[in-house]
Amino acid sequence: MAKVKGTIEVDRERCKGCDVCVVACPFKVLSLAPKVNGKGYHYSFMANPDACTGCASCALVCPDSCITVYRKVVE
Amino acid sequence: MAEVEKTKENLVYAKNRLLTDVVMHYCPGCSHGTIHKLIAEVIDEMGMEEKAVGISPVGCGVLAYNYIDCDWAESAHGRACAVATGIKRMAPDKMVFTYQGDGDLAAIGTGETIHACNRGENITIIYINNAIYGMTGGQMSPTTLVGMRTATTPQGRDINLHGYPFKISEIAAMLDGTCYVTRQAVNTPANVRKAKKALRKAFEKPMKGQGLALIEFVSTCNSGWKMSPVAANQWMEENMFPEYPLGDLKERD
Ligand SMILES: Cc1ncc(C[n+]2csc(CCOP(=O)(O)OP(=O)(O)O)c2C)c(N)n1
Ligand code: SF4
Ligand code: SF4
Ligand code: SF4
Ligand SMILES: [Mg+2]
Repeated sequence: MAKVKGTIEVDRERCKGCDVCVVACPFKVLSLAPKVNGKGYHYSFMANPDACTGCASCALVCPDSCITVYRKVVE
Repeated sequence: MAEVEKTKENLVYAKNRLLTDVVMHYCPGCSHGTIHKLIAEVIDEMGMEEKAVGISPVGCGVLAYNYIDCDWAESAHGRACAVATGIKRMAPDKMVFTYQGDGDLAAIGTGETIHACNRGENITIIYINNAIYGMTGGQMSPTTLVGMRTATTPQGRDINLHGYPFKISEIAAMLDGTCYVTRQAVNTPANVRKAKKALRKAFEKPMKGQGLALIEFVSTCNSGWKMSPVAANQWMEENMFPEYPLGDLKERD
């Protein structure tokens, strides 16, 4: 059966670790990293990448436009 | 598990090209950034990059011109609607919009705002209502909720001293010069999608000469409210939305 799979890329240096994308993801893919970026923010990353559907919910709510979303139909 | 290649054909969402690479000065999670993104996307999708002229306010949105790549003018505090009126009347083919907070639009600028609405200027007002003066350190604004604590109302807003939350969108909807008045938010993916459609309409209708369009964004100021961004969104849903309900207040041709 065809299945939709997704992945995202977070611009780590732009990310301000606000957590808004983490809460918006319906599939609990995202988490804030224990490490920090150059500005001292705990950036968002895919803690559970296999669950991503490429729905773009995270990207829609990101105030700093840090998230790029890709999606593909796989067999 | 099959890999999703990060290629152009798999791309479904990316930062809009009209958003500059300048890192926004806004606090983490601030609604201003999300609203900027929608403005850039709508101007781009309308193909109005060369025609859009923004008027930035005094308030946290003051530097909006650094972030959205179109023409801008910066106005004195509260005077954005007057500046927009002048530009639109001199250059009627331009898509002129103001970007204003509650302190700018609904306090010091109330006169300019109401009269621009009443004259039916063919401009778009983008109004960011976070119920506080964010930029100056979180003082009470006319739209602060009853009981809400701010730097100048440490005991909470008291109607006997400070009056009631000011509903400028309801007033604007009553005036004959406005063609579209709507209240939106950007707290969830679904609301972001709805707000984008409303914003497009708010840009299109004045360009058809139908009058002034006002789009209010019920917003957060997590720094001024002294909450995390996620808690601020939740507080907004529980406290701001009952006082400032989302949806269209007026639409006419
Ligand atoms: C003539 C004048 N009066 C007062 C100020 C101080 N001041 C700067 S921003 C601001 C209010 C900002 O609040 P708002 O418009 O709600 O914007 P926000 O920062 O919340 O987005 C005030 C009172 C000023 N800059 N100029
Ligand atoms: S919403 Fe954007 S800025 Fe906030 S944590 Fe997620 S990626 Fe970072
Ligand atoms: S694209 Fe959708 S599923 Fe993937 S991380 Fe973002 S919100 Fe979660
Ligand atoms: S002070 Fe408030 S309105 Fe200003 S950038 Fe910070 S959170 Fe946003
Ligand atoms: Mg404000």
